[in-house]
Amino acid sequence: MSIDLSQFHQVFFEESFEGLDIMESSLLALDLTEVDAEIINTIFRAAHSIKGGAGTFGFMQVSGFTHVVETLLDEIRAGDRNIEQDHVDLFLQCVDCLRGLMSDLQAGSEPDMTQADDLKAKFEAILAGGEDVAESATGTQAGNQDISDGSTDDAGEKGWKIEFIPCDDVLCTGNEPYRMFRELQELAEDGEGNGLEVIPHLERLPEFSSMHPEMCYISWTIIVRADIELSEIEEIFEWVVDDCDIRYQRLSECDLSTLEIHQAVGSLAEVADIAAVDNADTAKEEINTVPPIAPVISEKIEKALEESAVKIAPKVEKKAVTKAAENTSIRVSIDKIDGLINMVGELVITQSMLGQLGQEFDVSRLQSLQEGLSQLEQNTRELQESVMKIRMLPISFAFSRFPRLVRDLSKQLDKEVELVMIGENTELDKTVMEKIGDPLVHLVRNSLDHGLESVQERTDNGKSRAGTITLNAYHHGGNIVIEVKDDGAGLNKERIRNKAIEKGIIGEDEHLTDSQVYDLIFQAGFSTADVVSDVSGRGVGMDVVRRNIAELNGSIDVSSTDGEGSTFSIRLPLTLAILDGQLVKVGEEVYIFPLVSIVESIQLEKSMLNNITGNQFVMQLRNEYVPIVSLQDIFNIEGEKKDLEGAMLVVVEGDNEKVGIVVDELLGQQQVVIKSLEQNYEKVDSISGATILGDGTVALIVDISGLNNKSSEKKSEDQIQAA
Amino acid sequence: MTNAAQQKSNDAVSGTGSDDEQQYLTFIMAGEEYGVDILAVQEIRGWEATTVIPNAPEYIKGVINLRGTIVPIMDLRSRFSLERVEYSPVTVVIILKVETERGERVMGIVVDAVSDVHSISDSDTRNSPELIEDLNTEFIRSLVSVDDNMIILLDVQRLLTIDRQVIDQAVDVVADTDNDKEKV
Repeated sequence: MSIDLSQFHQVFFEESFEGLDIMESSLLALDLTEVDAEIINTIFRAAHSIKGGAGTFGFMQVSGFTHVVETLLDEIRAGDRNIEQDHVDLFLQCVDCLRGLMSDLQAGSEPDMTQADDLKAKFEAILAGGEDVAESATGTQAGNQDISDGSTDDAGEKGWKIEFIPCDDVLCTGNEPYRMFRELQELAEDGEGNGLEVIPHLERLPEFSSMHPEMCYISWTIIVRADIELSEIEEIFEWVVDDCDIRYQRLSECDLSTLEIHQAVGSLAEVADIAAVDNADTAKEEINTVPPIAPVISEKIEKALEESAVKIAPKVEKKAVTKAAENTSIRVSIDKIDGLINMVGELVITQSMLGQLGQEFDVSRLQSLQEGLSQLEQNTRELQESVMKIRMLPISFAFSRFPRLVRDLSKQLDKEVELVMIGENTELDKTVMEKIGDPLVHLVRNSLDHGLESVQERTDNGKSRAGTITLNAYHHGGNIVIEVKDDGAGLNKERIRNKAIEKGIIGEDEHLTDSQVYDLIFQAGFSTADVVSDVSGRGVGMDVVRRNIAELNGSIDVSSTDGEGSTFSIRLPLTLAILDGQLVKVGEEVYIFPLVSIVESIQLEKSMLNNITGNQFVMQLRNEYVPIVSLQDIFNIEGEKKDLEGAMLVVVEGDNEKVGIVVDELLGQQQVVIKSLEQNYEKVDSISGATILGDGTVALIVDISGLNNKSSEKKSEDQIQAA
Repeated sequence: MTNAAQQKSNDAVSGTGSDDEQQYLTFIMAGEEYGVDILAVQEIRGWEATTVIPNAPEYIKGVINLRGTIVPIMDLRSRFSLERVEYSPVTVVIILKVETERGERVMGIVVDAVSDVHSISDSDTRNSPELIEDLNTEFIRSLVSVDDNMIILLDVQRLLTIDRQVIDQAVDVVADTDNDKEKV
């Protein structure tokens, strides 16, 4: 009986990716001057688990590759060999390569083995003690070439290879292939040969349900190792020769390689069926033991095995894995689950208490009803928080890729960089985490490339040789703040300005504040790097970064000091499903403003108001002029127009622009669950979603950045109309 | 229609019952009887106040909370450019549900009153006359007479999925044909 192993594939991939992460971080933590045996052990264990798992699930290309890696690790672990920088680099390449193989397998596609083969050759060279890696690699290939040449010359075998493809109804005509094989067997033994070998081909075998019991779907390749005449064989097949396809070939003439691949495939299929094989080596051994062939050929089988393993494994697993790749899963600590169960327990108790109260209720027990209700409220809130916590992961998941990135990049750019990570345990919603990864990579790359100076420049300016990049994450209110800080030269305001003028983004004589200048780097197509490198400088980065962050309802700020470095702070909501909102009333409708985007709420006074271009008002708020728009106008809400004086104004900020919004009344603040409007309706301008209030009615959530765009559009429309 | 007549019509229909029969929920609007595929009907509710969607077309009355789902409500009178009437406690909202490429879509339509359920065979339906080049005919699947009364069968899928772009195009088409008429 065979168990369907594909159900475990997803788990295997997840574990392997985790293992690879462990290998990578351990390799990076490795101090070559003082090697910690425990770290080597950790790496070895990770590699070993991957090899074992891959073998069990029949991913022979992975296990075969990991095996050589493991062998070298084992020697290092045993102290037979000292680990060198070259080795670490090679191991890191292997981690990348394995990650590639795994993702290919997970996606159900055929993995690209070229890199793996290259690396494998290098490892084998190291293991063999070879000095010149490249040379020995080509040497191996040349060797293989010789083998294949040699095999064609190997004409010592006597016998025949028969391709026997019977017609479908061969069984109906009273011919039994088995009897023919038996006769061939006798023939072979009479001829004092090595006997008979029959390889069935099952490709045409249909699904069991659509199989006709009297049809023959199988074809065979038969090898008769005996010195016999063709006529003797023909005699056996005489009855079927008319309606079957039979081809004869002398063993000495035929290309052995196809034969060997057939054998390899056959054996491999067997091996995979058993699914108890640890790695490819055992499989290789098995094959070696099957037919007694010349040693040159056995090596060819190994090659064929690897090739066929590549072909077989994905073909078999494809269907299941593609499906599995779509589901993502989340690992939740048992503490969180336990907390949740406790909470549910309390909820049940409260519910039964209230139920009892309801059955025999009179006014005198109002007090206990109110108590019960407040307990219910508390339970609900706690439960909600716990459920939300399940989606929360420490930000180290997003940070973990940076040590490697910084290491590789600093080498490439020839800079010395120290990476400091703070607050790695800060928790963040999984969805937010997935979307913040790429923007963070952009920012770190930018800091490394543009921010930090070269070693020469740093020492000239009296700074330490190595620059520092700090990643810092912390909670602030209902937000998470992620900072990417470098101690480089800081943003060059003059250069940004000049570049912006050159690109026509700003006018020659426009005066900009510092923050406005910094804001320019988020413009599309803006790059101050003098030379476009493959790291950065194409000017497609920062605007994408800002857009991605805006999509998450977050914002990004820059601050910079000349000569001391710059800081990018990303501010994100902790979760996308729940929002802290300010309820406002306009006419008869209630709208919700995200609390994060509200700067302040004030009552308008006449002295603050300035009228520009007829019906557009601005307000002086400290030393800024803030445009004022009325929600009533934007949303075309019916009702009488109110005087601006004395009106409630909510000052909001979206896309770094402040706008004052006139509302009728401020209601309370509360957490709201975001519901989609698009699901049953369509996207509405300036509305990001809807929610259900305590009384069961629907309230719409205002999209502040959408509103900003809209109000500026409206302004320009007005201008056009005025013109 | 009297009860007796209804009974008769139902009997008549069930008497000739065949496999291609479909059941339709019919409702009254401005004296005409309309029908929708009963399988698309999720539930029937009374009118309740909605939350207005800003800058929505005139016929979208807003959204309501239907057990946690946000459901838009369409005034079918307004959609078909019929005369407006005041909503009363007997004003009915039919919640329709269809499968679209984007998944399930739920929407409510406001009608005057729910009338009946008829089993109608496809072969009895007639295509609506082509001469009316109007946006509203988009939603009409076919016409059928039951007991000498005409029922207008609506294409729920179209009614619910038609997006603004299509409507705008249709409006353009109407405008164009108007222009053409003027030219003629």
